[in-house]
Amino acid sequence: MSKYITIIGLEIHIEPNTNSKMFCSCPQNHFGAKPNSQTCPICLGLPGALPIANKEAINKTIKLGLALGSKISEVSRFYRKHYFYPDLPKSFQTSQKDNPFCVGGELMGFKINHIHLEEDAGKLIHQDGNSLIDFNRSGCALIEMVTEPVFHSVEDVLKFTKELQLIARYLDISNVDMEKGTMRLEANISLSLDGKLPNYKVELKNINSFKFLEKAINAEIERQTTALDSGQKLAQETRGYDEKTKTTFSQRTKADSHDYRYFPEADLPPITSRKPYAVGPMPELPQQKRERFEETYKLSKDYIEILVSDLSRANYFEECVKLDPSLTKSIVELMINKNMDKDYPEPAGLVKKIKEITNIEYASESDLEEAIREVVYENPDIITSYKNGKGQVIGFLIGQVQKKLNGNGDPKIINIKLTEKLHVATQH
Amino acid sequence: MNNIPLTIKETQEGLKSKKFSAVELVDSYLAQIKKYNDEYNIFLTVTEEEAYEQAKSVNQLINNSENAFEQYPLLGVTTAHKDIFLTKGVRTTAGSKILESYIPQYSATAVRRIERAGGIMIGKLNCDAFAHGSSGENSDFGTTLNPWNKKYTSGGSSSGSGAALSANMSLITTGTDTCGSIRLPANYGYSVALKPTYGAVSRYGVIAMASSLDTVGPLGRCVDDIETVFNVIKGKDGLDGNVKNYENNSQKIKFKIGIPKEFFVGGLDKEIEKNIQEVIKTYKKEDVEFVEVSLPSTKYGISVYYIIQPAEVSSNLGRFDGIRYGNDRNSFGEEAKRRIMLGSYVLSAGYYDAYYEKAMKVRTIIKNEVDEVFTKVDALIAPVAPTPAFKIGEKASDPLAMYLTDIYAATANLSGIPSLAIPSGFSSKKLPLGFQLMGPRFSEHNLFELGRKYHQEIDYKPKVAF
Amino acid sequence: MAKLTKKDVKHVADLSNLTLTDEEIAKFTPQLDKIIEFIATLSEVDTTNVEPTSQTTGLTNVLREDEIKVDNMLMPETDYYKVPSILHNRS
Repeated sequence: MSKYITIIGLEIHIEPNTNSKMFCSCPQNHFGAKPNSQTCPICLGLPGALPIANKEAINKTIKLGLALGSKISEVSRFYRKHYFYPDLPKSFQTSQKDNPFCVGGELMGFKINHIHLEEDAGKLIHQDGNSLIDFNRSGCALIEMVTEPVFHSVEDVLKFTKELQLIARYLDISNVDMEKGTMRLEANISLSLDGKLPNYKVELKNINSFKFLEKAINAEIERQTTALDSGQKLAQETRGYDEKTKTTFSQRTKADSHDYRYFPEADLPPITSRKPYAVGPMPELPQQKRERFEETYKLSKDYIEILVSDLSRANYFEECVKLDPSLTKSIVELMINKNMDKDYPEPAGLVKKIKEITNIEYASESDLEEAIREVVYENPDIITSYKNGKGQVIGFLIGQVQKKLNGNGDPKIINIKLTEKLHVATQH
Repeated sequence: MNNIPLTIKETQEGLKSKKFSAVELVDSYLAQIKKYNDEYNIFLTVTEEEAYEQAKSVNQLINNSENAFEQYPLLGVTTAHKDIFLTKGVRTTAGSKILESYIPQYSATAVRRIERAGGIMIGKLNCDAFAHGSSGENSDFGTTLNPWNKKYTSGGSSSGSGAALSANMSLITTGTDTCGSIRLPANYGYSVALKPTYGAVSRYGVIAMASSLDTVGPLGRCVDDIETVFNVIKGKDGLDGNVKNYENNSQKIKFKIGIPKEFFVGGLDKEIEKNIQEVIKTYKKEDVEFVEVSLPSTKYGISVYYIIQPAEVSSNLGRFDGIRYGNDRNSFGEEAKRRIMLGSYVLSAGYYDAYYEKAMKVRTIIKNEVDEVFTKVDALIAPVAPTPAFKIGEKASDPLAMYLTDIYAATANLSGIPSLAIPSGFSSKKLPLGFQLMGPRFSEHNLFELGRKYHQEIDYKPKVAF
Repeated sequence: MAKLTKKDVKHVADLSNLTLTDEEIAKFTPQLDKIIEFIATLSEVDTTNVEPTSQTTGLTNVLREDEIKVDNMLMPETDYYKVPSILHNRS
């Protein structure tokens, strides 16, 4: 057990699934678009261009805050955050500072500092000693959540992030796909002997999958542990994760790059938010659904988790149950164990199929008794075993009966009648 | 064509009665430009081809349509734009080497609206680089000389906008006013100009200087012309989030004008002071009442301005890095570099509270004082500058002296109120004199009314230098 | 208030992404110092309980409907914008 306490804070970026960008009417979805084909004077930072805020991006931000118990700021402002970098066309990022849309909040007991809204920068690709810039992503809306430094293990980080991802999908505010970049994670990691925040933190950036997240954080904790153990002092820095070496590496940052010279963005009038917030009805959240599924359908925790983690399947399941509540158990089992919902895009289709399976024309009672008589007669040794206490052979016998009936035997009735017969047999 | 008409009314009457055609107008203006522009350095780009094309369309419209002039209020009106207004396909430099070859892909809202109203664009006008300056001496392309006396400055930063009118090279021009930059060139050039209410006219497509101070406005030779252009360019365009549609609230008949005592102090040229006293006498004949008022925080206006403006400038000029357009940052002139650095300084860690935030708070105090004064009076009268036009080079070496020229201008920009600059005579050195009338937000209609009153009372005649 | 030094000016030039020659730094330092001294007179104004003004319109909630508008979009001038490689990463 390490003598150090790990302290982690997270910065999570979520690209909302709005139609248009944050401050202009270019498409927000830039996945796969030809480079620099989705720009306008505003997101390209041409002289004379002015921003106007996307109403829906704000609504989605507030919606997320409400779902996480944040306080929604009555007055919100945008600020200019200045730094020079080729993928930032105006040389400032329009973001928030003193009055973010959402303040505070909490998820799974982990406290959130705030959630704010900003615009994204373009993308840089390195090639032959040059950097190539694509501004399609410039100006795209970006929701940023900053947590308090309240995580003490990788497991905590993973479960928080996965639940956040699920909530975002339930709210339909984003696809939150780490591989596509619609959800991005940065972790600030430090080690402390007494649990108090030390005077440094290492920013881990460019994490684009949960797998990497786990490996990167563990690698960094290891590195910091080794360093501290050998008496080194740790510097405030930014690091990335190298999958090949399975270690983190330093990404040199320009000195003074943190003097962002924030000031309020005069081109964007302040935004006032008061109840009732125009975000549309709040859907049922994952935790609420889990609790309801347990109470209403009495499913096992594992089954519930599988359904809840995919909203469309959870809804499908409930549609099926609505059509025939008596089939609940079959529906769940066939969905989860056999993925049968894949073959039936409509819940009604699956229910019909299940009804078919369960309402087969069973073999007649006389056929059944005939088959049982035959099986008992043909398997004297098995009967002897049964007499001698080997109860489990009944399974084999039932199978034999079904074989004779071509699978059309009602398993319940076979069981009852066979047991009866064996009892009678054993009495002889 | 011998005499180019000096007002929109004259021009449109002439076009309507076929005294001359739009093409002939363009001929005359171009001839004037060809004759004097090399010496006076007023136009940076002359759009000869485009002007003739537009003139031909104008001719057609006049011939084919009965009420062409009702439909197109600026039909046949030759216009030149300060080179800070983006004009699609036409070079726009902002007076700076950074953009010396920049061809914009879109036009400013004001430019499009004037064109749609029938205006004929004749070219782009010289100005202080990025609008930094009040004399025209900060242009990277040379100083614009004052047509009234070539040894003198034209005022800035919209130096070409004022000079083009005095030199009879255009019928109306456009400019921007962040701290007097429309009013000063008009004042030094014997023209009328409007710095509108902040938020009355869209800034979209106008290269930003100071986002919370910049305004877009017209210059012309009479109040009626200013009003006509203002009505064409004002109002929401869906692209500038600070624009409010103009609401004509209270049309006044009897006016009360305040004389802010802090504006009439030592340092004000005696001739200007005397001239304004004459103006006041003239107004009194029109039954306008005058009363002394006080704006005690006036003296802080300059400091507030010289914190907020450079801060916003340093931010707005960040995008000029030579990557997507223009030349790199080494092409900035001295004044631009100075302002950018001053701006970064007052915003930087450790200084933000003492400078920028402090300035924003004092701005509130200034604005409140101004709002308070307007509960007692309908307008304020004031000089536009402490002196008439000064000799080129006289003040350029001392940046602080240049800044003091901004005292009279800053009040309107800091509080976002409109101001109308009106010519009122000539100095003993034969340089133009004028005054400004400031009003509460969205009171342009009252200012126009007051301007017309003055015109009427003195039987005003527009004048050009040559 | 302390006088502005050449070091201060260099720092501010770096913040502003401006490359100045030593000559320029020497020239700008007294000029900037003079201006900063002048604007520092604001400290004598009592601004207790005064709210800052960042714009004079009084407008709030100027928002845009979330729709794509093709009209404003630009014809791409180039595939990629190119700059010499960045040696360090953004902050």
